[in-house]
Amino acid sequence: MINHRAIRAIYLFEMNRTWRTVLQSIVSPVLSTSLYFIVFGAAIGSRINAVEGVDYGAFLVPGLIMLTLLQQSISNAAFGIYFPKFSGTIYEMLSAPVSPLEVIAGYVGAAASKAIMIGLIILVTSTVFVEVRIAHPVWMLAFLVLTAVTFSLFGFIIGIWADGFEKLQIIPMLIVTPLTFLGGSFYSISMLPPLWQKITMFNPVVYLISGFRWSFYEVSDVSLAVSVGITLFILLCCLTVVTWVFRTGYKLKH
Amino acid sequence: MQNASQTVAADSADTIISINDLGKTYDSGFTALKNVNLAIKRGEIFALLGPNGAGKTTLIGIICGIVRASSGSVTVDGNDIVRDYRAARAAIGLVPQELATDTWETVWATVNFSRGLFGKAPDAAYIEHILRALSLWEKKDNRILTLSGGMKRRVMIAKALSHEPRVLFLDEPTAGVDVELRQDMWQVVHGLREQGVTIILTTHYIEEAEEMADRIGIINHGELMLVERKQALISKLGRKQLTLHLAEPLAEVPAALAEFKLERAHDGYDLLYTYDTQNESTGIGPLLDAVDNAGIRVRDLNTSQSSLEEIFVSLVRRK
Repeated sequence: MINHRAIRAIYLFEMNRTWRTVLQSIVSPVLSTSLYFIVFGAAIGSRINAVEGVDYGAFLVPGLIMLTLLQQSISNAAFGIYFPKFSGTIYEMLSAPVSPLEVIAGYVGAAASKAIMIGLIILVTSTVFVEVRIAHPVWMLAFLVLTAVTFSLFGFIIGIWADGFEKLQIIPMLIVTPLTFLGGSFYSISMLPPLWQKITMFNPVVYLISGFRWSFYEVSDVSLAVSVGITLFILLCCLTVVTWVFRTGYKLKH
Repeated sequence: MQNASQTVAADSADTIISINDLGKTYDSGFTALKNVNLAIKRGEIFALLGPNGAGKTTLIGIICGIVRASSGSVTVDGNDIVRDYRAARAAIGLVPQELATDTWETVWATVNFSRGLFGKAPDAAYIEHILRALSLWEKKDNRILTLSGGMKRRVMIAKALSHEPRVLFLDEPTAGVDVELRQDMWQVVHGLREQGVTIILTTHYIEEAEEMADRIGIINHGELMLVERKQALISKLGRKQLTLHLAEPLAEVPAALAEFKLERAHDGYDLLYTYDTQNESTGIGPLLDAVDNAGIRVRDLNTSQSSLEEIFVSLVRRK
């Protein structure tokens, strides 16, 4: 039987942390993303040609949401599980009658919820600066949820792996952020030279942004099926690693 | 005295924790536990004594699910801690040695979180009861950050009790706690025992074990050296001492009394005779006869027994 009360307790505990630090957790990412809209959308964007028939300011919106979504999903989940390890309160989680799946549901659920919430706030905020239309709202939400859950799982893995605050930041800063910037957040892949177009296809974030942008403007760098497939593949990889972590007790149990 | 290696930790109606051939070797190669067998009885207070690094915390960690056993098995209330981990863990409350708390949470929130984590429905009245019993009620809305070390320790006990466990592990619960708080805590422990909660504690304050425990286990180098009822342990292992208070002081012990290996004390006014209660003859009768024959006048006499601490130190050193 599922310990739904434990999932709820972990979820609410993590969400309470968000409300307690609302400036840092919500206002800060929304504000910094809004600056992108002002600088690249309203100011510089007005002098840039439309990309694949979409105004540059509007073209940026899905990419910037995805950029924030990835960063927030990873950092929320990583910090959520790392901090109990750091403070020692993880003993309670390990000694409680909860399954690994329930622990993941609580932490990843909260991290994904928060990231989705921020993504939606940014979406609403963007309408102040640029004209946004959403061609496929269900697909848009599906991509939002799927990406948030996948990268929250990824963040959860980082949080378990990390044994210091520096390690907690290394992968998001040195790998995820560059991949996101180079994954088509600010441009269409078709705008790159042919060689770079080929190299870029090894970047998994390209597929996430492409699918998400398609749900807005029906323009994409790769087909919808490929985008969904790659996202699900990353999700499966993360689930496999998390299952292994709990099965072996890696960095959790001696 | 039960030799721990011969103890059969059989499951029975009055056994709540059964530990069988439990072993633990860490990845570093350090063996923390060697074939430990132990049966904890329902409703008892069991004190686990041992020097630092003896294996106490590892043993508790395995039972509670924090550390993986290398060999052997453990059941809690008949539930295997690996196969039936939910049922086994639901029965256990743990107060670890380290002060680990959710710094920014309030007392109320963190105790309720623990209850939820263990799958229990919210019960504000019960949480209030615990907080009042631990003198935490006035602090329920305080952030843990603002509490003293002793109060944080109480919060950890409240968290461990939040899901109404049948077994409570207290790993050095009074370390760093002042005398008043310590006494309060032991009152709570007594109260829990009266409610039928089984309590397993480790402590460095041997007088606590002496005062509180029903049974005592001594562990050293990962081996359970003995398990015995406290009083039986003291009487069986304890060396007794007979003190003869003399009417006049002796400058030295007379040669006629040499066989008794007496010690002089209090400037020769006392003669101390140490004997073993387990021996067939304590030697007291012959000693008193020899003293009388030597013309030594005895004003008074009394006997005293080794404390648990002396027994513990002697056992650990012997090993």
